[in-house]
Amino acid sequence: MWIELLTKVLIAGAVLTGILSFGGVLTWVERKQSALMQDRIGANRASILGFRLLGLFHIMTDGIKMFAKEEFIPRTDHRVLFLLAPFIAWLFSLAAFAVIPFSPELTVAGYQVTLQVANPEIGLLVAFAMMGMAIYGVVLGGWASNNNYALLGSMRATAQMISYEVALAAAAVGPLLIYRTLNMQEIVIRQGQLYNGWLPLWGIVLQPLAFLLFLVAGAAETKRVPFDLPEGESEIIGFNLEYSSMRFGAFMFTDFIEKILVACLTTTIFLGGWQVPWLADDGFRLGGALALELGPMVVWLLRLAAFGIKVCALIYVLMLVRWTLPRFRYDQLMSFGWKFLLPLAFLNIIVTAAVVLVLNL
Amino acid sequence: MSDTTNKKTNRRTENTFLNVGPSHPAMHGVIHILTELEGEKVLGAEIEIGYLHRCFEKNCEQLGYNQAFPYTDRLNYVSPLINNVGWAMAVEKLFGAQVPERALYIRVIASELSRIVDHLTCVGAAAMEVGAMTAFLYFMKAREYLYDIIEWLTGARITTNYVRVGGVKGDLPHGFERKLRGTLREIRKIIGEVDKLLTRNRIFIDRMSGIGTLDRESSIAYGITGPLLRATGEAYDVRKDMPYLVYDRFDFEIPVADTCDAYARYLVRMEEMRQSARIIEQAIKQIPPGAIAVDRYGKQISGAEMVELAKRGKVKEYIDSKAKVDLTLEGTDAASACNINLTGNRSLRLPPKEETYGNIEGLMSHFMQIMDHWGVKPPVGETYQAVEGANGELGFYLVSNGEGRPMRSRCRGPCFFPMAALHKMIVGDMIADIIPAFGSINMIAGELDR
Repeated sequence: MWIELLTKVLIAGAVLTGILSFGGVLTWVERKQSALMQDRIGANRASILGFRLLGLFHIMTDGIKMFAKEEFIPRTDHRVLFLLAPFIAWLFSLAAFAVIPFSPELTVAGYQVTLQVANPEIGLLVAFAMMGMAIYGVVLGGWASNNNYALLGSMRATAQMISYEVALAAAAVGPLLIYRTLNMQEIVIRQGQLYNGWLPLWGIVLQPLAFLLFLVAGAAETKRVPFDLPEGESEIIGFNLEYSSMRFGAFMFTDFIEKILVACLTTTIFLGGWQVPWLADDGFRLGGALALELGPMVVWLLRLAAFGIKVCALIYVLMLVRWTLPRFRYDQLMSFGWKFLLPLAFLNIIVTAAVVLVLNL
Repeated sequence: MSDTTNKKTNRRTENTFLNVGPSHPAMHGVIHILTELEGEKVLGAEIEIGYLHRCFEKNCEQLGYNQAFPYTDRLNYVSPLINNVGWAMAVEKLFGAQVPERALYIRVIASELSRIVDHLTCVGAAAMEVGAMTAFLYFMKAREYLYDIIEWLTGARITTNYVRVGGVKGDLPHGFERKLRGTLREIRKIIGEVDKLLTRNRIFIDRMSGIGTLDRESSIAYGITGPLLRATGEAYDVRKDMPYLVYDRFDFEIPVADTCDAYARYLVRMEEMRQSARIIEQAIKQIPPGAIAVDRYGKQISGAEMVELAKRGKVKEYIDSKAKVDLTLEGTDAASACNINLTGNRSLRLPPKEETYGNIEGLMSHFMQIMDHWGVKPPVGETYQAVEGANGELGFYLVSNGEGRPMRSRCRGPCFFPMAALHKMIVGDMIADIIPAFGSINMIAGELDR
């Protein structure tokens, strides 16, 4: 029992550290990628002993700067909520990673090890619930700031995130009808099947429309351009207007964590999770025949890497969108969510359900 | 003032008052809009201006005709060259002075460069304020190319102080035409890129069209000119309607749009940049070679000789040694300044700086220009000169009582008039619409508050 507990703690620690460091790296990636798109050089000034390392030290300097800044707390009736809000957002978006299956199971010295903190039967629901809770951070932060701009921001955040959560969940129903499970590990395993022995039956192949809807709704969940209305820095400055120092940093960082979360969820449901095309448990198989035999450890590492690559690719796409499009207006955003995304998601559910019923999948 | 009672729930509701600005990222730091909001809807708006008032007109009255130029740089600080030209032309009109052809062409080129810079900034900033950061930075890149050209020509990026009464400060540098052509090609390419990014972008159109509308009649009634008026279908442009400099010699069009909204203004500005590039290209082709140099005694001398006299203080052996000199600002501007300064009326212009610092006669003539009751003395009278600024009709009104300084100077800043009508444009829309509406006006506080 103790050894199980210890492994769980170790795995949880590994996931937490991994996500936090990846989030840190993303702050740098975001800068460099936008610089690339905009014919700039990007952050490259921070150096240690003259080494600049492509500006990677900016991750550290940003952290140090955030901690070193003076923290200003406005006069408000909700001081506790104000102080707590960034960490509510932060905590719940991190908690959602508990159910993400980063890798398949691996048997090490008789023990089953997975890079997944928990594997409940209702895994996907847990992830959605945690994402829903993370909204509270934004809402309470804006409300407790005692500032009209922040209040407008948190009002927008409430409306937007609730609306798009509906669309997000509705988009995920289509694939779930096919997978017939909410267990995250099971969802990924189901996507390992091949059609005609060559086409991997990933969610994106079976449900291309749902994939697009999920990605768009997911982008809206992460409050990024073109959905960055709660921040809308040139209009209402944002729900985090009154925050400074590391509490502001926590809000900023939550954005990056949520982006990773949406990419992870999309990967799990639509891009086959850790599945590598034509890679079975004993090596690459083409047309049923074993083409290249690989040891279990190699297969496990390949699959772990595949998950990472898929997540990175998705984040890259999200960033491309973020630096290309202008921002919606509040009412346009609402009508886009309710009148466009949601009906399409419902249509997708109905068609999928009918097909599943007829073909008796 | 706006407490209302909800009929259904019998609860008292209150509208929000929100101070947009002066410390707000989209208000450029100088405008205060007090808005009354119901949810996100703007019910009322009060516009407060004057945060950048620095007594421009009074300063000009104190300083005199030649020394007001640095102050005009600060009017519309995005297109200072047009302001320089406007002031110089008003003073010249007061004197009834003729300016050499080449200087006129240089002024046209400088004005149109400035117009492109201004429109790039306005469109870019408006795009950034609705979230399209990349389009903004593309335009900033284009603006940087133009600033390079302007710096090469005038010696400064923003505070150019380039035009003089009776001419301009320096001639075009060597190879200017070639580099300018290359830059214009680059600018056209970038405008095309942003055109692709924004013009048919669904989100951008949704954000811009129908926003900040002001119909043709109201626009005329408020005295609005420039791209804002042209976006209502009224093709009024000072360059066409009251041609100044040599604008009547160029083939260019005045773009108009008729939807009266922020999107129409965006389209007008995009097209105007292309037209300005056309004008510059024609001007480069047509520009005549330098005018005759006239020294203080009315004797015609060559540019290189003038440089030598000025720099060497007329020491004989120095004159004889043929030093290689650059006729542009990169080396010394004495010769070229003489080339394009006013012919005939010597009492108008300040001598080139090299002459002032280099020999006693230059210094004396400089003092005589600057000293009260000695220097520039225009005839008694008044004048109004308008030029087409980047935002509309930029006019200077001068009254002279025959002294060395204007008795009254007045500037018609084109930004002032849309500000009076701003509340009409934003009331009834949402708070997020204030930003594209305001951005499309291209308010520049320097010429608004003066």
